[in-house]
Amino acid sequence: MEIPKELFYTEEHEWVLIDDANNTATIGITDYAQSELGDIVFVELPNVDDEVKQMEPFGAIEAVKAVSDLFSPLTGIVTEVNMLLQDRPELINQDPYDKGWMIKVQLADTSELDSLWSPEDYKKHIS
Amino acid sequence: MPFIPNTDADRKAMLERIGVESFEELISNIPEELRYKQAFNLPEPLSEMEVVREVHHKTRCNRTISDAISFLGGGAYDHFVPAAIGHIISRSEFYTAYTPYQPEVSQGTLQAIYEYQSMIAELMSMEVANASMYDGGSALAEAALMAVAETRRKKILVARTVHPHYRQIISTYCHGQAIEVELVDAENGTTSLPDIKSKIDDNTAAMIVQHPNFLGNLEEVFDISQLTHENGALFVTSNDPISLGILEPPGKYDADIASGEGQCLGNSLNFGGPYLGILAAKFKLVRRIPGRIAGATVDNQGRRGFVLTFQTREQHIRREKATSNICTNQALNALAATVYLALMGKHGIQDVARLCLQNSHYLADRIQNLDGFQLAYSAPFFKEFVVTTPVLPVEIIEKLTLQNIYAGIDLSQFDFGLKNGLLIAVTEKRTKHELDVFIEALKNV
Repeated sequence: MEIPKELFYTEEHEWVLIDDANNTATIGITDYAQSELGDIVFVELPNVDDEVKQMEPFGAIEAVKAVSDLFSPLTGIVTEVNMLLQDRPELINQDPYDKGWMIKVQLADTSELDSLWSPEDYKKHIS
Repeated sequence: MPFIPNTDADRKAMLERIGVESFEELISNIPEELRYKQAFNLPEPLSEMEVVREVHHKTRCNRTISDAISFLGGGAYDHFVPAAIGHIISRSEFYTAYTPYQPEVSQGTLQAIYEYQSMIAELMSMEVANASMYDGGSALAEAALMAVAETRRKKILVARTVHPHYRQIISTYCHGQAIEVELVDAENGTTSLPDIKSKIDDNTAAMIVQHPNFLGNLEEVFDISQLTHENGALFVTSNDPISLGILEPPGKYDADIASGEGQCLGNSLNFGGPYLGILAAKFKLVRRIPGRIAGATVDNQGRRGFVLTFQTREQHIRREKATSNICTNQALNALAATVYLALMGKHGIQDVARLCLQNSHYLADRIQNLDGFQLAYSAPFFKEFVVTTPVLPVEIIEKLTLQNIYAGIDLSQFDFGLKNGLLIAVTEKRTKHELDVFIEALKNV
């Protein structure tokens, strides 16, 4: 199971890529999450300028057998949404850490970063 | 036939097993003061023969639609129900079947639902229809919730000309979800465009109209649709499916969600229910549609088959996060509608609609020539219309009931400001003779 070193993680199986220069975060779901869900058929994401709150749902992901909420790892304003996923949700299965990214968020409170998990923490969580 | 299945011996065995002497001992933890000590106010037991006689006597006190000439409408209509429908829906494969979750044992039911959806989608010119809702009111209320979810806006505009009961259901569904419901007023019995303009804003999720509306009149659906979409809201309609034999379907005026009461499609009046909630939408809203959708697929050998699809959004899987708290559909009523639509075909529906239109306009013309009676509105109407009456509608209704004529619905009970309004519905079943009998009766009120 791939767990890239440069990312942070949450208990709900989201990954976060921090861009310190712009104070933004890119958010997606982990390799483990996509493999547990199975074939993803639809993903419901927020709109640009929507507010997301830490550990509150920002969308939903639908696989063949279940629909799950997506939890935001951080609080902020959505600046970008991966529109490619509307027509090609399978990108989340194929490439969860790159082409399968979901949203970019302008961070409201950088102290929240402390609550994120390291790759090691996340590895322990799923093993 | 044992009406009380436990014999004295059964009860004794159960009490022994529990370890108590008597029934009184079993319930000894219920405080004395909470126990009902008086004798029940029930008649003495009767033999089966006596019960049959008694029930038969009581049923003869019922007055049904077949005993009278009925002009009752308001969502429940006396349309003809061909005998084939009763025959098909009474087959035990359909009549006793429960929920078709398992496609391997439910192909017949699923195919019937799929055909229902296909016919409804075609009748309404919409891209997708669900397996049905409880009734026209709950379908419309669910449509309101769909619009709120899709637009992420929190206000619903509802035309006052929507059925008052449907409006109540919408308010009930929206209550507690912090969704504001605002009424749009009517002018000359149809929805006021200036009033929509003054009330629609960037927090409006949907504009809801009924077409033909509760008062029977046709709404300016093309204009309302455009105005609604200019403001980024969804256009939601409730339609009489029979009217679609002659009127433009909601898909043609770009409705986002179309709903309706399906009782008029091959379902009896059923003393007010069970009825059939029709719900159809644009395909982009397919994941917002509540309840069930049957889909066509192929099995692992490439053979055509049917399954429930989008189940992942339903309550039995998604629990409190489901799209809606409906977790069933009106399968038997939907089947009746399917058989009706298949029997009637395109031309049959057109014929029924045309007959309704002709009958209602003949009657309206004759009534407005009677002294003291007037058509309340000049708007075009389909099978239902409002007349203002020289005496209170309730007096007319009571008097004509004695002559086995159900004159219509007294509108003074609703919020239309009509003290003397009588809502009259005319279906294809009414003969010219019956219409003339009604007119004669009205002359003498």
